[in-house]
Amino acid sequence: MSKIHVSTTVNGDAVEYLCDPRETLLDCLRDKLSLTGAKEGCGTGDCGACSVTLDGRLVCSCLVLGVEAEGKEIGTVEGIAEGDVLHPLQQKFIDYAALQCGICTPGILVAAKALLEQNPDPTEEEVRFWLAGNLCRCTGYDKIIRAVMDTAKDMREAV
Amino acid sequence: MSVAKPLPHDAAPLHVAGTARYVDDIPTPRDTLHLAFGLSTIAKGRITAMDLDAVRQAPGVVLVMTADDLPFANDVSPSIHDEPLLSDGTVNYVGQPIFAVVATSHLAARKAVRRARIDYAEEPAILTIEQALAANSRFEDGPRIYEKGDAEAAIAGAAHVIEGTFELGGQEHFYLEGQAALALPGEGGDMLVHSSTQHPTEIQHKVAEALGVPMHAVRVETRRMGGGFGGKESQGNALAVACAVAARATGRACKMRYDRDDDMVITGKRHAFRIAYRAGFDTEGRILGVSFLHHAICGWAQDLSLPVADRAMLHADNAYLLPNARIESHRLKTNTQSATAYRGFGGPQGMVGIERVMDHAAHVLGIDPVELRQRNYYAAPAGGSAPHTPRSISSEMKENTTPYGQVVEDFELHGMTEALLASSDYATRKAAVAAWNAANPIVKRGIAFSPVKFGISFTLTHLNQAGALVHVYQDGSVHLNHGGTEMGQGLFQKVAQVAASRFGIPLEMVKITATDTAKVPNTSATAASSGSDLNGMAVKAACDTIRDRMAASLAERHQAEVASVRFGNGQVEVGEARYSFAEAAALAYQGRISLSATGFYKTPKIEWDRIQGRGRPFYYFAYGASVTEVAVDTLTGEYRILRADILHDAGASLNPDLDIGQVEGGYVQGAGWLTTEELVWDDHGRLRTHAPSTYKIPACSDRPEVFNVALWDGQNREDTIYRSKAVGEPPFMLGISAWLALSDAVASCGDAYPALNAPATAEEVWKGIRRLGDGI
Repeated sequence: MSKIHVSTTVNGDAVEYLCDPRETLLDCLRDKLSLTGAKEGCGTGDCGACSVTLDGRLVCSCLVLGVEAEGKEIGTVEGIAEGDVLHPLQQKFIDYAALQCGICTPGILVAAKALLEQNPDPTEEEVRFWLAGNLCRCTGYDKIIRAVMDTAKDMREAV
Repeated sequence: MSVAKPLPHDAAPLHVAGTARYVDDIPTPRDTLHLAFGLSTIAKGRITAMDLDAVRQAPGVVLVMTADDLPFANDVSPSIHDEPLLSDGTVNYVGQPIFAVVATSHLAARKAVRRARIDYAEEPAILTIEQALAANSRFEDGPRIYEKGDAEAAIAGAAHVIEGTFELGGQEHFYLEGQAALALPGEGGDMLVHSSTQHPTEIQHKVAEALGVPMHAVRVETRRMGGGFGGKESQGNALAVACAVAARATGRACKMRYDRDDDMVITGKRHAFRIAYRAGFDTEGRILGVSFLHHAICGWAQDLSLPVADRAMLHADNAYLLPNARIESHRLKTNTQSATAYRGFGGPQGMVGIERVMDHAAHVLGIDPVELRQRNYYAAPAGGSAPHTPRSISSEMKENTTPYGQVVEDFELHGMTEALLASSDYATRKAAVAAWNAANPIVKRGIAFSPVKFGISFTLTHLNQAGALVHVYQDGSVHLNHGGTEMGQGLFQKVAQVAASRFGIPLEMVKITATDTAKVPNTSATAASSGSDLNGMAVKAACDTIRDRMAASLAERHQAEVASVRFGNGQVEVGEARYSFAEAAALAYQGRISLSATGFYKTPKIEWDRIQGRGRPFYYFAYGASVTEVAVDTLTGEYRILRADILHDAGASLNPDLDIGQVEGGYVQGAGWLTTEELVWDDHGRLRTHAPSTYKIPACSDRPEVFNVALWDGQNREDTIYRSKAVGEPPFMLGISAWLALSDAVASCGDAYPALNAPATAEEVWKGIRRLGDGI
């Protein structure tokens, strides 16, 4: 099948790739753009390891086709830090030891950042249910929730 | 000193940036090929015809391999060579790999396998315990039996006899990174394999067998796994071997990763058990004798089932001194995935058995379940739990033996239980739960306590060894390598803390490197919670060798006693002289002192006869205790964990942050096993729960609303690395209290004992409520 040319923006950078119309955005990010931060955990939109934002909206990139990125703005974990300066969420995840094997971490950071952008003052319950689509098998989630809550507090106070 | 500090995971900065590389993230050569397996669709039978022409003609396909195409061994078993990589013509479960496709992309390979046409002569499959027993389908000739005293006589003479049978489901590991391997062919027949494995040496061994080369021609490297939990102890063999064989055949790099559904359908899981029990208690609630009958569903190949089932027997006592005990264990061979290692390795199943007995007895005798447990605890060590004191084992202590004859010398649970009951406000909350249940007809609450005593050491004694390789460079930086693998548990960081402490240097000067069979050979799997115990000691030995050489050289230079040379704060002091560690390293180099050393460790004191069921299989025990409170909707069976309180014994923790992470994650995973995680096979042997859409691991929303976790302030009585204790598996079993809390809530709906099966899904809880409500 002939490939389709896609022009899109990833973490603020204009990029282009050729893809099979059936390829997922996840595979395009990983295989064509070498952005391997988004992971395939299930391939069916149930685990959140492939979370990215598409025009600011949180999506599972395994459920989005690469061709759908045409003209859109994609945000991945690689774009969360500003150069060498970590985003407060990233620093808190380190400080709180809110990760173990780390493979869910990129998706959870993307999802948590999307939450805080639309709701800077979430309740703990809102955090727990917002992140319910991001599975973690290692941590038991406690440190993750506390890291997100504490980041939100810091970011509110910094404004 | 770096040890005992709460430092983050060594790769945390990479993880939050998304730049930590897992096998599937490693840049590959442009012409890398990708593999997928064609899987059987029946549970038992023979292949009568196989038409793979359409597969070969599929877009992107380069090679198709069947068993006939394998040049050497067709085996990926970790034990008795009973597990062919590709079907030898027989089919033993739905999902068994029959052929492999090698194609230009992952997707092309997966699409191509669907084109196969395979005809089978189907035979009756063995899927249930009843079918296996009827056919005498089992591993080993008959059951293993461990005995202490005369259980039957003790039960017969007891004031109270309780008995029951329950089902205990298996568990999918659900490591978030699926199985993956990448093989890169080298010159002269060499092969480099990157594998997501807990056991690089096993991968090396099986790849060498499959390629018909000595082990020296195969190098296996594992930087990290995205979760293991036992599921990557033997289950990665197939991918690594298939990739290596394909790489040899094509001369190109070959990579394979299982799609999640394939992963769940192909790979083994935790052993499901049926446990029957009969126990006799006196009127005070003291157990006089207990008899357990374990039926373990092992699947089609032996894999690690024998030691798993043994460990279940070895934890049939948990924290309780059983004066008389009999444990009979049947290891049944069925036409399902080959059950394998999973965090706790059978221990959790054995422990759930005795916790069920205690819970049932407390209900029948009308004694508080915690009180009844405490009355049956092993005795505390003479002289309290203070470390470093010579142990005097009184004659009473000699009676403090497990059903397999090991004396329990380090029992910590008396003090831990009292501390946890106080910190969790157990008595008040127990009364509040009763008051709530009296006032509320629909939502019922339950609260339960459970202790953990978990034996530390591989029961296969020779596995209790480890090696390390340490280099000090002339700028004072240190290269660290050992046989342990990193799967998220923080092993690499804990061992690096040991190395930094031995040299007295900042942690930043120690480079953590990938596990590599070319650096440290003949390693054991990172399993049995042994990672930091074994590798920490091996690294300590290597560091001390180099340190002693540096000290001797400096002492000679300054005409000082070797013992007077001190390492600390990044410096080395000899008398009045003071060098930075880098200067000391440079001087040693110039003095022609070797700054590279290997280290080795083997666990002392252990010996074990698994046939007789006698000996000291464990160097020591790790302890824990938990209290869980739940709320149950009696109309639907749905429930929530409201609060969990945990006190866990990690000895003198090498890193409290990482250890608490293990405890929290272990509890949640253990609670998941016993509550929402249900594996369902249909009558044809097809696993119907093969993705997160149908298999429910705990999510963020399931986390206890109140979650209090603390480490017990203690030290290992045995001489382990900095007196720490293993922490990988033991906390998993803290989750048993969640299951017991559900039982407690259900018990408030009637007079009978709820007798829940596990997992206690909402459906199972609902059924339990109906049973009690109907007075059955």
